[in-house]
Amino acid sequence: MSGFDFDLIVEYLPDFWRGAKATIFYSLTSLALAVAIGMFMALCRISHIAMLRWFARGYIDAIRGTPALIQIFFVYFGMPVLGVNLSAPTAAVVALGINSGGYLAEIFRAGIMGVDRGQTEAGRSLGMSYGQTMWRITLPQAALLVVPPAAGEFTNLVKGTSLLSTISVAELTRVAQQIVGVTFRPIEAYVAIGVVYYCLNAVIAQGAVWLERSLRRSQGLE
Amino acid sequence: MPEPVVRIKDLRKSFGDHEVLCGINLEIESGETLVVIGPSGSGKSTLLRCTNYLEVPTSGSVEIDGVPFALPNVSRRVQERHLNKMRAQVGMVFQRFNLFPHKTALANVMEGLLAVRRMGRADAENRATEMLERVGLSDKLNAYPAQLSGGQQQRVAITRALVMEPKVMLFDEATSALDPELIEEVLVVMTQLANEGLTMIVVTHEMDFARDVAREVMFMDNGVIVEKGPPEEMFSSPKHERTRSFLRKILRSS
Repeated sequence: MSGFDFDLIVEYLPDFWRGAKATIFYSLTSLALAVAIGMFMALCRISHIAMLRWFARGYIDAIRGTPALIQIFFVYFGMPVLGVNLSAPTAAVVALGINSGGYLAEIFRAGIMGVDRGQTEAGRSLGMSYGQTMWRITLPQAALLVVPPAAGEFTNLVKGTSLLSTISVAELTRVAQQIVGVTFRPIEAYVAIGVVYYCLNAVIAQGAVWLERSLRRSQGLE
Repeated sequence: MPEPVVRIKDLRKSFGDHEVLCGINLEIESGETLVVIGPSGSGKSTLLRCTNYLEVPTSGSVEIDGVPFALPNVSRRVQERHLNKMRAQVGMVFQRFNLFPHKTALANVMEGLLAVRRMGRADAENRATEMLERVGLSDKLNAYPAQLSGGQQQRVAITRALVMEPKVMLFDEATSALDPELIEEVLVVMTQLANEGLTMIVVTHEMDFARDVAREVMFMDNGVIVEKGPPEEMFSSPKHERTRSFLRKILRSS
């Protein structure tokens, strides 16, 4: 084997680019679903209705207690058996969203619980409803607490999209596998996509810093 | 006799096995300032928190202008909505201020007008500005709580409650978290409100305030009202030994 072949990476650049776009697409769409599920489950988890609490608790335990890969297989290969046929891209978004939502639920709940109880009391004592207090008082303050751990979870989600290669979604990892299959040069292909994953996550980390700062500023803390 | 603004009947509150309030009966008339004193753990804060149902009493009733907080035989939803409506008529000032840190002084005061009274933004802003000016904070409208001193924060918090035009205001040790030099500016505001005829229940350790401003002083211990009377009587000739020993301790320390 000769040394590291940069030309190979350049040659397959359009393919890497296609894979990167797919990875970004699946990351963002799954994130949107995960945020919705996470928010819903977090609110259920702290609800005064016991059934909602149990439901959320069961969901979170199930998701965090089983491998993401199994969840992806379940949605893509298992659901058709139950009569629900999902295309690979749809199954991908659903599975990753469900998975990440379980983790975000606990992050969101921690954020809500982290806001001083006196804030809720002040809101309620003005005559605001539970929902109004949550929306106007608690959540804006929880957002600030949630940004760092949620950014970490988003990073996990981006890396988790590589699992989609197993259900033939043409994201970065899948593209790299195909290139390796043709060129027999695994080092170049995997280093190349490793760098892309790393850069995507660097953007997220920087974005989180920026978001946190702008939230702090809008709340008069800086 | 006119209907009292607040009527509390046989109020009991337990946390687990521990009964914090053991049957409180109390009426407060319009324009009255009642100062509640007593050792820590005597139940005075819990009494205030039950008066606006931040704590739900174990038994007994609380009425504002003759309307009870707890409605018999209604759905949870109706009861919740009723509680919100009732709480909007009772202002509360907390020991730790509990201002909304993500909102400016002005926005803190506007919050109840916008969310609860459904007032238009412009009207709410005018009203809030006017009220903040009255407590000497016209130059701090756009300051965030973190940028204000404790005394200024507490004056904003008082204004936030006051702007709702409550029928009664509850002060839960409103000066206890303040540095000594900042207590006065808050007491001045509270005194002014009492003189203007606002109905107030004040839990405090400020005995000078009790003596000068209260219409009645009430001493609580172990979840019961030990005695209650005009400040002159309470301070010069308390009837009960427990009151005497409490006053001796607290007056010596100040």
